[in-house]
This record gives sequence, C-alpha cells and structure tokens, in this order.
Amino acid sequence: MSEQFDDLPRTMFEKIWDRHRVLDREDGQTLLYVDRHLLHDGGATAFDVLRKRGVKPRAPDRTFATPDHYVATDSRTIAEIQDPRHREMVEKLARNTAEHGIRMFGLGDPNQGIIHVVGPETGLSQPGMLLVCGDSHTSTHGALGALAFGIGSTEVAHVLATQTLWQRKPKTMRITVDGTLGDGVTAKDVILAIIAQISAAGATGHVIEYAGSVIRGLSMEGRLTLCNMSIEAGGRAGMVAPDETTYAYIKGRPYAPADWDDAVARWKRLPSDPGATFDAEVTLDGSAIEPMVTWGNSPEDALPIGGSIPDPADAADEERREVMHRMLDYMGLTAGTRLDTLPVDRVFIGSCTNSRIEDMRAAADVARGRQVAAGVEAWVVPGSEPVKRQAEAEGLHEVFRAAGFAWREPGCSMCLGTNGDIAAPGVRVASTSNRNFMGRQGPGARTHLVSPAMAAAAAVTGHFTDVRKLLAGEA
Amino acid sequence: MEAFVHLDAVAVPIARPNIDTDQIIPARYLSRPREVDHAAFLFHDARRLPGSEEENPEFPLNQPPWRGAQVIVAGKNFACGSSRESAVWALHDGGFRCAIAPSFGDIFQNNSFKNGLLPVRLPAEAVVDLIAQLEAAPGATVSVDLPSQTVTFPDGTTHGFDLDPFAKHCLLNGVDELGLTLSFEEDIAAFERRYGRENSR
Repeated sequence: MSEQFDDLPRTMFEKIWDRHRVLDREDGQTLLYVDRHLLHDGGATAFDVLRKRGVKPRAPDRTFATPDHYVATDSRTIAEIQDPRHREMVEKLARNTAEHGIRMFGLGDPNQGIIHVVGPETGLSQPGMLLVCGDSHTSTHGALGALAFGIGSTEVAHVLATQTLWQRKPKTMRITVDGTLGDGVTAKDVILAIIAQISAAGATGHVIEYAGSVIRGLSMEGRLTLCNMSIEAGGRAGMVAPDETTYAYIKGRPYAPADWDDAVARWKRLPSDPGATFDAEVTLDGSAIEPMVTWGNSPEDALPIGGSIPDPADAADEERREVMHRMLDYMGLTAGTRLDTLPVDRVFIGSCTNSRIEDMRAAADVARGRQVAAGVEAWVVPGSEPVKRQAEAEGLHEVFRAAGFAWREPGCSMCLGTNGDIAAPGVRVASTSNRNFMGRQGPGARTHLVSPAMAAAAAVTGHFTDVRKLLAGEA
Repeated sequence: MEAFVHLDAVAVPIARPNIDTDQIIPARYLSRPREVDHAAFLFHDARRLPGSEEENPEFPLNQPPWRGAQVIVAGKNFACGSSRESAVWALHDGGFRCAIAPSFGDIFQNNSFKNGLLPVRLPAEAVVDLIAQLEAAPGATVSVDLPSQTVTFPDGTTHGFDLDPFAKHCLLNGVDELGLTLSFEEDIAAFERRYGRENSR
C-alpha cells in the first residue's frame, strides 16, 4: 500500500500511518489497523457494548490489560479495595479479560502497574506500532517511535470488535529542542517549557515529533515523560525516532520481538526522511530551560522556579485577565509572590508521567540524608511492580522511608484520585503528575506540577525550591 | 446512536478557554456505567459552592434563563484533557446536543460524534461575538442546521462551519460506526493476511 509513496520523503508518522491503512474512503477517512490495544480498569463500558451487540474481540492476542486507576496503593488484593465501586471496576476488568482470553497483568502479577509504565517496560510497546488505549496519556508510548494515542470508550469497543479505527489524517508538528540541558533539568522541565511556549492547545490536531540534540540525549524514560504530556499541549500523539537508546531499552524485555534482527532492521527505516516536511515547526533552546513549576490550572501556566506569580494586570487581554484571577483565587496565590517561597502541604511522586526507576532515583538522591519537612505529607507511588522491585533492590525505599516519605503500591493514585487517593480542599500539592486542573487531585486541591527531583526538594524544605541548590549542597 | 439534524435551542455561554473534562465531570464519577443518568455529574463541582451541595448562583448553568440550554458555547480548547467519554455523556444527559467553540480537545470531539452531540468549530471572533450576544440577552436561542452546516446567532447572522463528511453522515443518519466497520470484515481479513504477524510480538 505504501510503495507508491516510497519516492517521496515521508515523516515517521506518515510511514507508520501508511503501513496500517486497511482502506481509505473518498471523504478522507482511513480505516487503520491497530497492532496493540492496551486496557485498564476504567474501560468496562466497552465490554458492555460488545456484549449488547453480541460481538467478540477480534484479536485478543493483540490486547493486554492491567488495573491501575482503581487499585488501592496500600494493599495488593481486590478483596482489600475498600470502596465497592472501585473494587467492582477492578473485578470487571478481571472478568472481562478472562472471558475473552485477554492477557491481564492483575493485582499480584509481577508486571502489574500503570498501563503506560507497563507497556514499554514489558516490551509490548515497540517502534512502528500503532498502539491505542482508552486513556489520553497513551501518547507516552510514542517515545519508542510508535504512533500511540488515546481514544474514548466507544472507540475502545470499536477496536476490540474490529482491531481497527477510523481516523482522519492529523497534521504534523516537529518540535526541535537543541542545546544541552543543565544539571537538575529533566524531561519534565522540557515538556513543561514546551507547553508554556506553545500553549495547552498549541498542538491540537497535530501529531508531534520531538527532535534535536536534547531529545536525542534523553534516556528512554525521559522520552516517555516527554511524550506522555504531548496531550497537555493538545497533541494527538507525540513521538521520538527510534535509535540505539530505543533498541537497547527494548532488548531482552519479555515481549521484545522474537525476530529481533528483522525488527531492528524495520525500525531503522522508521525515522523521518531527510527533506520530509511538517505542517508546523517549533524550536526551543534546551540550554535555557530551567526547573519548572506550574502556578495555574493548565499545564501551560508553567514558569522557571526562579520566577514569581504573574500579575493579571499584565495579561494580554481581558479574557486572560479573568482566567488568571480565577486561577489565582482557586490556587490561593497572590501576584508577585516568588515561587520558591510557596509552602507545600503534600508531595506526590508518581503517575504515568514520572514513576519509573530513574524518577525514583532522582527523588531518592534529593531525599537521601534529609527529612520531610514538618507538616508535609509525602508519598512515593512507584509506577509498576518491576519499578517497585528494582527500587527496593537498590534500597531506595529505605532512603524514602528514612526521610519520612510513604512508600506505596503501584497505581495511578493521586494523579487523578479515582481510587480515592485525593488531597483535601485547599491543600497545596507538589505533584510529578501531568494535570493541574481544578479539582484534579480532589475538590479544592491545589496542584503544582514539577519533576521528581523538584518534588522531593519541596518535600524536604517544606516549600518549592530550586533543586539545583540542594544538589550543590547549598541547602 | 441518536441522529442530529436541526436544533433551535437556548445557548449558554461559558466564556473561558481550556475548560477541561475534569471540570465537565470530576474523576470520582467515572465508575458509573452508561445506563446511569449522568446529568447530576455535569460540571458537578463548578455548579456548587466550595465544600457544599448548594448551587453556586454565579455558574451560568444554574441561572434560570439558561437552565434548559441545549447548546453550550465556550472558549478555545473546550473539553481538553482526559479521554473520559463520560464528559460527553454528562453533557448529553444534561440536555446538551451541541457545543460551540473555536477548538476542542481532539478526543472529546471524536467522542461527541459517537453520542449524537455536535461539536461546532467557529472562528474565535465569531465565538466572542456569540458569547456577547448570549450574555446581553440571557435565554436567547441559536439555530444549528447540520445539513447546511450553519449556525444562526440571535442577531440573525448565519455562520458556516466545517465538519468531517463521515462524521456528518453518521450524525445525520444516527449511524453507528461499528456496524459499518463490521461490514468491511473482508477488507480487514485481507489486511491481516497481507500483514501477517508483523508487530504481533
């Protein structure tokens, strides 16, 4: 199908798109084949739809599941989930996957975890794949060079039933981050800086390809953090071209391709061709990016830690002024206050954005030998059982516990609080998650997004602070 | 699926950009199956005074002229964020059949088409104008016509909008995509034969 285009330079996105076209309609809609369909415990509705229509999943062997949204982070069995609604969601996933022969990494399975941690970690997410999941943070898997995006529950049912999805071809955007990241600056800071520059709607209708020396220099886990928040810029998906970092990451994982050499040969043809054009181009100087903190209720409201709460009086227009007033009121903030003086009440290190082993290590490096400040409640929620095991093998759990952090069980937890892990009204949270929306971490909760090292720094000092000062031994 | 052809209805303005799906339906209501009426969850927290079940009189949906609104008009990037389809269910069950904004969250837009809710993208200046008209005359109606792809504002001006032809077809006829796709079974099977086991593990 794609042969006819082989002469023209194509982007990586176009190559993957072309490879998965089942048929094209004259009105511009394309039916795409789905390689990998990931499910979590929020997707019971889709199975209800199949049941009503008397349809069975077409390719259960391409479908994998794990409970994450509704699992408790202080216990490990379904029976111990206190809230009957939450327990039922986890039970339903177990029942539905068992009924249809879908592999589930359930509670107690050594691979259970947050679906966007589990996919890459097990080797299920691979370059060149078209991967979908009923969750907006599916953009995460694009870090491996896959086309991966979130879908709604009707579409989940559609993919289960047909292994395909109707799509209109999105536009493409290349975001190039050149230069070199400074010490203490992470992938989280890069993506927050990108969203602050292009806005929360900056990439709407586009698939993003991240490029440039900073992106090439990121570890695979850093790239996962970066691509994870593509959706917070409005992007349909985010992706990074596969390279030696990618191959080394996948090799040896349980679901790595059986035909390894052939697979790598295929993957090497994926990167965008020289001369391929994008509908939009964005550039950032990576050397200028600093540790970031959000102050408002959209991820675009992010500033370097050295900044101060902006003044609505300086807003570009009346609409923005009103929005800023509303956000400052909700967040309990006053214009002009330095970000590094804001006290925190709670700290959450976790979520599909920042709960992998490198995140654990970065937070532990800050926590080591220090104490969580008086009055601060700090949690570390590893993203999966393998992350938890690895962290414990390295003694990181002891570092956290000695410093006064709670070391909990894997799940989505306080990122969105579907399992009941929420903050009380008015509580200010330093969070390594992806959304600072009003009420996201509980009604009235005040979320500030930061990197794991910055979250740990806030925990031990009791206020937001420039982690570079701690790393340099100045505090 | 419910068809959408034409609608003359009260439109409520919420003049803010980036209204996310966490606002439209807070996460703690996501465990409810589709059979449950989602109207009570619509803008649950924004509709109430903080920490109370009491209605916030300032929220537009609580104001008498807009209580029966079937069209919601908002700033750019409406319904961004989470893929939760229950955001569409809450709007639908709350009586809404159409949302007008300069842009939408991509996943929300896709979900809308699957539930008989029409997302209409108009230029930002037109939306600002519409919001001004609706705020000046609370309870004013708009006319949304899908066959001609137009919205008529309270002042009588008519504005065209773009729409994916496939989505239009499905909405006009109340057609469910799944039934259609299942009719392409042979094409899918042929693709699978051609594709073989590529990317299967």
